[in-house]
Amino acid sequence: MTTATAGTALAEALRERFPNAVQEADAHAAWIEPSAIADVCLFLRDDPAHDYKMLSSLTAVDYVEHFEVVYRLTSLSRNATALLKARARGRESPSLPSVSGVWRGADLQEREVWDLMGVAFEGRPNLKRILTWEGFQGHPLRRDYLEPPLPYSWPHGG
Amino acid sequence: MTLRTEPVVVNVGPHHPSTHGVFRMKLTFDGENIIDAEPVIGYLHRGTEKLAEERQYTQVITLTDRLDYVSSMTNNQAYVLSCERLVGIEPPARGKYLRVIAAELQRVASHLIGVGFFLQELGVFGGTALMYAFRERERILDMFEMLCGARITLSYMRIGGVLQDAPEEFWPSLRSFLDDMPGYADEMQALVFESEIVRARAIGVAPVSAEDAVAASFTGPILRASGVAWDWRKAAPYDVYDQVEFEVPTCEGGDNYDRFWVRMQEVRQSLRIIEQCCAQIEPGPVRATMAMLFRPPPGEAYVPIEAPKGELGFYLVSDGSIAPYRCHVRSPSFMSLTLFREMLVGWKLADAIVTLGSLDFNMGEVDR
Amino acid sequence: MGETLADNVIYRNVYAFVEGALGPDWAWAAYAAGGLAIILLVANGVMAIGTGYTWFERRLLGRFQGRLGPNRAGPFGLFQPIADAIKLISKEDIIALGADKVVFTLAPVVMLAPTILVLAVIPFGSGSWLADLNVAALYIAAVSGIATIAVMMAGYASPNSFSLFGSMRAVAMLVSYEVPLVMALLGVTILAQSMSLVDIVEAQALPFLIVTPLGALVFLAAVSAELNRAPFDVTEAESELVAGYMTEYSGMKYGVFMLAEFTNTVVAGAIFAALFLQGWKWAVLPSHLWFLIKVGGFVFVAVWVRATLPRFRLDQILSAAWKYLFPLSLLNAMLLAAEVIIWPERGAAELGIMAAVNWAVSVPAALLWSRAVSLRSAPPTLAALSPRAFSGAAGRARQAPGGEAAPDSAARSAGTEGG
Repeated sequence: MTTATAGTALAEALRERFPNAVQEADAHAAWIEPSAIADVCLFLRDDPAHDYKMLSSLTAVDYVEHFEVVYRLTSLSRNATALLKARARGRESPSLPSVSGVWRGADLQEREVWDLMGVAFEGRPNLKRILTWEGFQGHPLRRDYLEPPLPYSWPHGG
Repeated sequence: MTLRTEPVVVNVGPHHPSTHGVFRMKLTFDGENIIDAEPVIGYLHRGTEKLAEERQYTQVITLTDRLDYVSSMTNNQAYVLSCERLVGIEPPARGKYLRVIAAELQRVASHLIGVGFFLQELGVFGGTALMYAFRERERILDMFEMLCGARITLSYMRIGGVLQDAPEEFWPSLRSFLDDMPGYADEMQALVFESEIVRARAIGVAPVSAEDAVAASFTGPILRASGVAWDWRKAAPYDVYDQVEFEVPTCEGGDNYDRFWVRMQEVRQSLRIIEQCCAQIEPGPVRATMAMLFRPPPGEAYVPIEAPKGELGFYLVSDGSIAPYRCHVRSPSFMSLTLFREMLVGWKLADAIVTLGSLDFNMGEVDR
Repeated sequence: MGETLADNVIYRNVYAFVEGALGPDWAWAAYAAGGLAIILLVANGVMAIGTGYTWFERRLLGRFQGRLGPNRAGPFGLFQPIADAIKLISKEDIIALGADKVVFTLAPVVMLAPTILVLAVIPFGSGSWLADLNVAALYIAAVSGIATIAVMMAGYASPNSFSLFGSMRAVAMLVSYEVPLVMALLGVTILAQSMSLVDIVEAQALPFLIVTPLGALVFLAAVSAELNRAPFDVTEAESELVAGYMTEYSGMKYGVFMLAEFTNTVVAGAIFAALFLQGWKWAVLPSHLWFLIKVGGFVFVAVWVRATLPRFRLDQILSAAWKYLFPLSLLNAMLLAAEVIIWPERGAAELGIMAAVNWAVSVPAALLWSRAVSLRSAPPTLAALSPRAFSGAAGRARQAPGGEAAPDSAARSAGTEGG
């Protein structure tokens, strides 16, 4: 059975190497300082005691006052998962360091988060829209997104 | 005189016979060789995640049907498992067994489509193998129709169990399917995997190493073809997968041929699982009693399952209301496009098409 | 050597009618009218058979695939070709913007031309042929090459990359497969000591399929490639190139292409029957019908192969032609040349001995040589092909792509704050 690493345990393990990186932790997840997220991820990937070689998923949740980017890590050798979260503040231009240099699999997912949530990722190339089209206005998965009125109307109502 | 070639950019898709729906690849050719490739997706984006935010938890099940529309059962399963984790209820045993039977039938159906389209893309006119695969898939769809009245968009699984118990006529047809299918699998194997042309076309083409596959978040058959024996049914057994015995087939090469070899072996393992479930299943209720409209406590849940195409999970965040605050779909098909460029560059157009087929992604799931 | 055209009953009647009506001064007109009547009959007859063959092929494919095939129009769906033809004729004839109109329009016509031209030398039955050309084998090889020019024209004239890819592939295949095809024809010619198809049929005391299996195999493969049929149908590989050179065609232009293609298969069957299956000979039924049955046998095999085999890749096809079929066809020609010197007179008994020798040599040769030629592909050297190399080991930092990617700032300004 997969071990879901507790956030507190993860925070404990990280404290030594990154003293200021962990903001808070609970039984499920550890909240990482946004500026340190790429380094923490690199450490968790390469450290044999953690060995999180796979980024299972990367997504974001809009909590209105901030965006929470969720990193779900899987260690195939230890059969363990870990949950990292990082908060991106601001609604104008929230951004986080990219982890696509750590895991290749983050590439498309970061683009998706940028497209739908509007959280930018720094230090990576090719951050452009993926599911919506170029020139789309806004980021549809935000809680405050409203669909703009259609610039045209059908001949008979609508 | 020196001969010079000029790179040609060709848009393959979104309307193309073998792009699995509306997928577009921007390929740059030097002659027949691909020198650059870029996937362009989003043509089937329906905003499932946004739609889920304004529906009750039970209503989202019908949305999940439309994600990977050739394996709705497992989509349902992934969603209801996350919901159950969120609410904290446990379905009755018979419900769990029925879920596993349905999910494994769905896996067989999905892999049949995968293998059928693989041969289609290798160029058997009109898809002889595709027709053979669809012939068997048809029987599975008939069984699904007995279970829930639908054939494609099933919505069979419910939070706390399944819609209803299997009717009387389901079991004999399941029995005859289990008896026939190994023979058809042998037949397909002889047609596909022992054909010299298929071997010449597929072995060694577009290989992915184990390290690359893991780093690129590949899951499911395409990860196992690279030699990583990772299967969520083994790693974190859900429903009754801890009650049944099965193996996780792997290959070494990670090329197109191996990806299909793994799928064909998984079909056999699925049949094995269904056999065991049929032997173990006991009469009883199939669905826990719970309110249609419920408010789960604030929190979040994510249960990864092994869908036919890889790790599928719904990340549900609840704020205590009747609708999910956030519903993110971790879709395996989307991830399998990560190495798109690396897999295609240097190969030829014909290889690119076959490689797409071997990834076996589904645009409904890629674009969500 | 049997009858000639002058003995043909239709020819004689038309000739007599025109000559009677116009007087002996107009004998040339009578001759032309009689000839044209026969040509019209043969050309249209074969076209009709080609059209009917679409029904046969679809029906048979249906059987192979465990489905029914066309069965709605008429009994057993027999009128399906007619329904298709009506549909194609009544459809809008679209010429894509940017197409070279003249070439685009000419291509289907050029495609159909060799099909009809080849008919001139095919003996359909005892005493039934339009011309007993003494270089018929050469004529067939030469004329059938015209079809590739048509494909090239269609691909060049269409403003579509897929069309161009398809036509380029067709040219590459023609250059490769013309060689084994001619070598296979050479074997038959040596054996019959003549290039006339009539003489070749007469020389077959035993079917040449039995006498020279290697030649038949090479011919079959080469002719499949020339016809763009499976497993060599890369020219119009529908899973890769949509419809290849035909992608931009619609309406009856497309119909003419398809007609030429299907008729070509029938004509190839006729050539194969004449070259390797004794033509009209050994007839237990009327010789024309017997010939048609042999053609049907060839066509059946063609459909069978089409329903079963996947497609080769283009480079594999070219490798197969040069590395496998060409050496084998050379071996076949040399073997037959030696045997012809040993047995100057060849009756059924001598042909039987030759068949035994040929089988004994060619089966091991074909098998052994197939071991030596591998069509498997080695991984491409990525670094040489692409400036943006594969990121390699797991998770190494991804390098910035050279120039093409949109800079972050640009992408971000494109999608500003929503809602």
